[in-house]
Amino acid sequence: MANTNSNAYTFTYATIMTLIVALALAGVSTLLKPLQDAARALDKKTQILNAVTTVEKEAADAAYAKSIKELVVKEDGSVIDGAVAFDLDLRKEYKKDASKRQLPLYVYTNDAGAKNYIIPLSGAGLWDAIGGFIALESDLNTIAGSSFNHVGETPGLGAEIATPWFQGQFKGRKFNDASKKYALDVLKGKGNKIEPIEQYANKVDGISGATITCDGVENMLKKGYDSYAAYFKTITN
Amino acid sequence: MSQTAEAKAPVQEKEPLFSPKNRRLLTDPLDENNPITIQVLGVCSALAVTAQVYPALVMSICVVLVCAFANLTISLLRNSIPGRIRMIVQLVVIAALVTLVNEVLAAFVYDLSKELSVYIGLIITNCIIMGRLEAFAMGNKPWPAFLDGVGNGLGYAAILLLVAVFREVFGAGTFLGFGIIPQFAYDMGYVNNGVMVTPAAAMFLIGIFIWWQRSRNPKLVDVS
Repeated sequence: MANTNSNAYTFTYATIMTLIVALALAGVSTLLKPLQDAARALDKKTQILNAVTTVEKEAADAAYAKSIKELVVKEDGSVIDGAVAFDLDLRKEYKKDASKRQLPLYVYTNDAGAKNYIIPLSGAGLWDAIGGFIALESDLNTIAGSSFNHVGETPGLGAEIATPWFQGQFKGRKFNDASKKYALDVLKGKGNKIEPIEQYANKVDGISGATITCDGVENMLKKGYDSYAAYFKTITN
Repeated sequence: MSQTAEAKAPVQEKEPLFSPKNRRLLTDPLDENNPITIQVLGVCSALAVTAQVYPALVMSICVVLVCAFANLTISLLRNSIPGRIRMIVQLVVIAALVTLVNEVLAAFVYDLSKELSVYIGLIITNCIIMGRLEAFAMGNKPWPAFLDGVGNGLGYAAILLLVAVFREVFGAGTFLGFGIIPQFAYDMGYVNNGVMVTPAAAMFLIGIFIWWQRSRNPKLVDVS
């Protein structure tokens, strides 16, 4: 065994080790990429569907193909043909100029023929990005359901936005108030009075100890809704 | 003549795979040399992952595997690692193993990898793994090093699961997602303990475990 403390040995060792590790990791990553991409796509489809209905992961592919139509719209309300909605990265789109943004929209048609419009969301939580999907009824004001996700919020606090209880309370709430002004408000803390729903249609309970994350959700919802406002005008007329 | 006879090394008997000494490598970290309560290593992830039992379980399995195989790898390499980049090599081995685990999880159990995405990175910085590499793997043979890795991983798992059970049952009223506090208790006024949901509760619980462990075994008092 050569002198393990010599400079030449140290340098050679470091070089060879780096090469081996780099090759091994790159190899495994490339090998598993198809599986990972498929898993990621299935997860996204499940989340989109979960904004309107409950669906098991195994059935998500079929349900998505059957009930979801994808659209890409611009902030001025026009529809772009030929763009693939599913592959768009919303975070990147929001970094672009408003006139250049391509916004995906998912239209869900249930068995009875009723339509729901599912808007993808992208925002900032306390530690990292948050996102999700919010589904609107055909009046484009009442919420049919929501599903939120996050990258690194605190478990038990910010991470609660991804739980059934937080997401479930959005169903039936409205974005706009009686005078058609945007009014959806995520209240501070948990345990606020938000029933009866007719009286508190624009209010949603928050999470104790997760004010910044909840503010992030509120901002993300407003940003999302405003982005599609022009397009929604074209389909209500 | 006699000097050469004395200089001749005694013949070493090959130690059986699960000799008492090797078995102690597995059992000591469970109690007498527990990585969290005695060595006081790896406490940060013990606070972060224990709000519920399920993530604690998965994290435990990951740490057992990474610790055991990192120990094994470093022990196999121990005579060839250059002295000056010793810690860097250890870190590279740990990071490579954890990245492999992460890639495999993302391909086969995507939901789980999403949940654990932050914690996977925490394993790389988990002091238990680095600590055992330095304290044991660098100076011992591969099989004992492997056992030591498994033992310390299991010791870590024991504390993690214990804390997680308390935090989930008292903080959310569930165990592995199944509700176990009957509805009539809630109706009578029982409320889930909000502090248990926060990492501070894990700190309190670990402190209590340390206290309980040392009071039942006086040998461990003042050991760290």
